[in-house]
Amino acid sequence: MTELVSNGGRFAAITQRPPRPEAVVAAHTRRRYARERRFKLIGMGAVIVAIGLLAILLATVLSNGAGAFQQNYAVLDVRFDPAEIDPSGNRDPEALADADYQAVLNDALVAAFPDMDDRQGRRAMRAMLSNSSALQLRQMVLDDPSLIGSTVPVRFLLDDERDQYLKGEVDPSLAEANRRLKDRDIALVDRLAEQGRIETGFNWTLFTNADSREPEQAGLRAALVGSFWMMLICFLLSVPVGVAAAVYLEEFAPKNRWIDLIEVNVNNLAAVPSIVFGLLGLAIFLNLFGVPRSASLAGGLTLALMTLPVIIVVTRAALRSIPPSIRAAALGVGASPLQVVFHHVLPLALPGILTGTIIGMARALGETAPLLMIGMIAFIANVPSGPLDPATALPVQVFLWSDSPERAFTERMAAAIIVLLGFLIAMNVIAVLLRKKFERTW
Amino acid sequence: MATAIKVNDLPKTEVPAAQRPAPKMSARKVNLWYGQKQALFDVDIDVAKNSVVALIGPSGCGKSTFLRCLNRMNDTIDGCRIEGDIRLDGRDIYDRSVDVVQLRQQVGMVFQKPNPFPKSIYENVAYGPRIHGLATNKAEFDEIVETSLKGAGLWNEVADRLSQPGNSLSGGQQQRLCIARAIAVAPEVILMDEPCSALDPIATAKIEELIDELRQHFTICIVTHNMQQAARVSQKTAFFHLGKLIEFGDTDEIFTNPKQQMTQDYITGRFG
Repeated sequence: MTELVSNGGRFAAITQRPPRPEAVVAAHTRRRYARERRFKLIGMGAVIVAIGLLAILLATVLSNGAGAFQQNYAVLDVRFDPAEIDPSGNRDPEALADADYQAVLNDALVAAFPDMDDRQGRRAMRAMLSNSSALQLRQMVLDDPSLIGSTVPVRFLLDDERDQYLKGEVDPSLAEANRRLKDRDIALVDRLAEQGRIETGFNWTLFTNADSREPEQAGLRAALVGSFWMMLICFLLSVPVGVAAAVYLEEFAPKNRWIDLIEVNVNNLAAVPSIVFGLLGLAIFLNLFGVPRSASLAGGLTLALMTLPVIIVVTRAALRSIPPSIRAAALGVGASPLQVVFHHVLPLALPGILTGTIIGMARALGETAPLLMIGMIAFIANVPSGPLDPATALPVQVFLWSDSPERAFTERMAAAIIVLLGFLIAMNVIAVLLRKKFERTW
Repeated sequence: MATAIKVNDLPKTEVPAAQRPAPKMSARKVNLWYGQKQALFDVDIDVAKNSVVALIGPSGCGKSTFLRCLNRMNDTIDGCRIEGDIRLDGRDIYDRSVDVVQLRQQVGMVFQKPNPFPKSIYENVAYGPRIHGLATNKAEFDEIVETSLKGAGLWNEVADRLSQPGNSLSGGQQQRLCIARAIAVAPEVILMDEPCSALDPIATAKIEELIDELRQHFTICIVTHNMQQAARVSQKTAFFHLGKLIEFGDTDEIFTNPKQQMTQDYITGRFG
C-alpha cells in the first residue's frame, strides 16, 4: 500500500489524460463497425463465389452426364429360323456357335422395314443397331437352344449416333454435310419410333461392360474393378505402414537430428507431385520387381507410395492432439508405453486417423497422372478378374473418353465423372460418420 | 474438517536412528537436470510408512519435479537426467533391475487436473487391475471396482451409473475417481500433484478428508500450494526453493517454529 501511495505519480500520465470528445469516440466506433461489416461482407462474398462455382461445376457435369444413364433400345421381332441357325437339326453347340446370326438379324430388320430390302437399305438398317447385335443373338441361342424356331421380341442396343439423336443431341436442321447422321438414317430412326419399336431404359451397359470402341457398348466395369483393387491394395499397404510409422515417430522415436531429418522428408514427400510417384512406381515395381504393366497391383502399390506420407502426417497430427494428461494417467497406473499407445492414444486418435486416411484414399482414387506412367492408360476391353490383370481406373477412363471424338463418349465421360464424384462423396460421408461414431470428449 | 493446525500424530522426541522404522521411501542427494538446467540440488527426504508428506514452495521450485522422481514419471521427459539415490523399501528404484511399470504399480499417482480416461467409470477403475492381471473374472473386477470406489468415497454417488463416462462427473468426483483408479492397483505409495488446485473448497475438503483416511493404508506424498492444506493433511512438510530443499521436518514444527528464515517468510506470505 505504502508503495502505491509513494509512487502515485506513476499513474498520473494515465489518470490525468484529458477525456476524448464524444464525437471522436463515436466516429472511431463507427469506423470500427464499418470495418467489421466490410469484413463480413467480403467473407460472405467469398463463400457465395465458392458455392456458385461448385454449383456451376456440378450442374455442367450433371446436365452433360445425366443422359448417359439412359439408353435407347430398338425392339425387333426376331425369328430364330432353324434353316439359318441349325440346318442339320441336331443342336450341335459348335454348329450353333458358327451359324450366321447376321442373316437372322437382317431378316428381322427386313421384316420391320420391308421397303428397305436393298443393299443400301440393309446397310443403313444394320448401322442403326450396335455392331454387337448379331453376337447378342448368338449368345441368346447358345444359352437357350429351344429358342430356335420361335419368334421373340429382342431388345437391341441402338447405335450411339441414333441414340444421341433420340436424346435430342443431334440437330436435324443442320446441313446434312455437317452431321454424321444423314437424313436417311434419321428418317429410319423416326420410322422405328413411329412403329413403337424404341424402348428407353437404364443404361446397365455402363456398369456391366468394359471399355469399347463403340460408345453404346462402352462401360466403366474395368475401371470400377481396377479402382476397387487399387484402393484395396493401397489401403492394406499404406494404412498399417503409415500408422505404424507415425506412432513410432510420435511416441517412441528419440528426439534427435536424424528423426528431425526424417520428419522433414516425410512432410516434403506429401507434397511431391504425383507424377513423380508414377515414375518411381515404374522404376521400382515394373522394372525392378517385374509387376505386370497396367495391373491393378502396380497401380495400388504406386498409389500406396503416394498416400503413405499423407497418412503419416495426418496420423501424427491426430496423435499429437491427444492431451498429454491421458498419457500421464495411463503411465501413472503402470501402463507400459505400448499399452499407453494401444489402449488409450490410438483409440482416441482413431477418428482423426480415419478421416485423414479416407481423405488420402479419396485423393488416391482421383489420381490419374501416376497411373499413366505405369501403363494404366491402355484400352482395356475386358473386365479384369484379379489384381494382376490389365485394368484401368475411373479417372483414367474419364481421361480416355474425354479424348474420343464421338458425342456419346462426351456424355459417358460426364457420367464417369458423376460416378467418380459419387464415390468420393460417399467416402467423405463415411469419414464424417466414422468421425462422429468414434469421437470422444475429455 | 480440521480448521486448526492438526497436532502431529508422530512422536516428537528424537528416537535414535537404529530404533526408527525404516522409511517407506527415501531420497538421498537427488540432483536433476532438464537439459543443461539443474532443477533439483541434493534433495534428501524420508517418507515414513503410513504418513503424509507435504511438499510446499513457490512455483517452479522443483517440488513437482521431485514428486515425479518418486515413480520415475520424469523418465518420459526428453533430456531429463537424474543423479542420486531414491529407495522404496530400501531398494534403489533407478536400479537397472527395477521394472518401471512394476514401480508405478507400487507408487501410484494422482495429477493436478482430474484426468479420467474417456471411458466408463467402471473401466477407469478396472483398467489398472486389468493390465497388471490383478483379477481374472468379472466378479473379481466388480469387487475391486467397488472397494476402490468405496475407498475413494465415491461409491455412493456413482454406484448406479458405473457405465457412464468418467468425464460426466463433476470435477471433485473426477478427482476422487482418479484416486479410486490409483488405489485399485493396490499401490504402497500414492503421489499427489496438487490434487485440489482445480477444485472448489467443498470438493477440496472431501479430498482432504479422504487423504487422512487413505493414510491408514497407504503412504502419501502430496504437492500443494495451499499452506493450510499442507498443515491440515500432512505429518511432515518439506519446503523447496529454487530446486533446493530448504527445510524438512514435522509439519507443526515447520508451521509454528520454522528453523529457516526463508521458510518463515514463505509460510507467512512474505514471498512466493
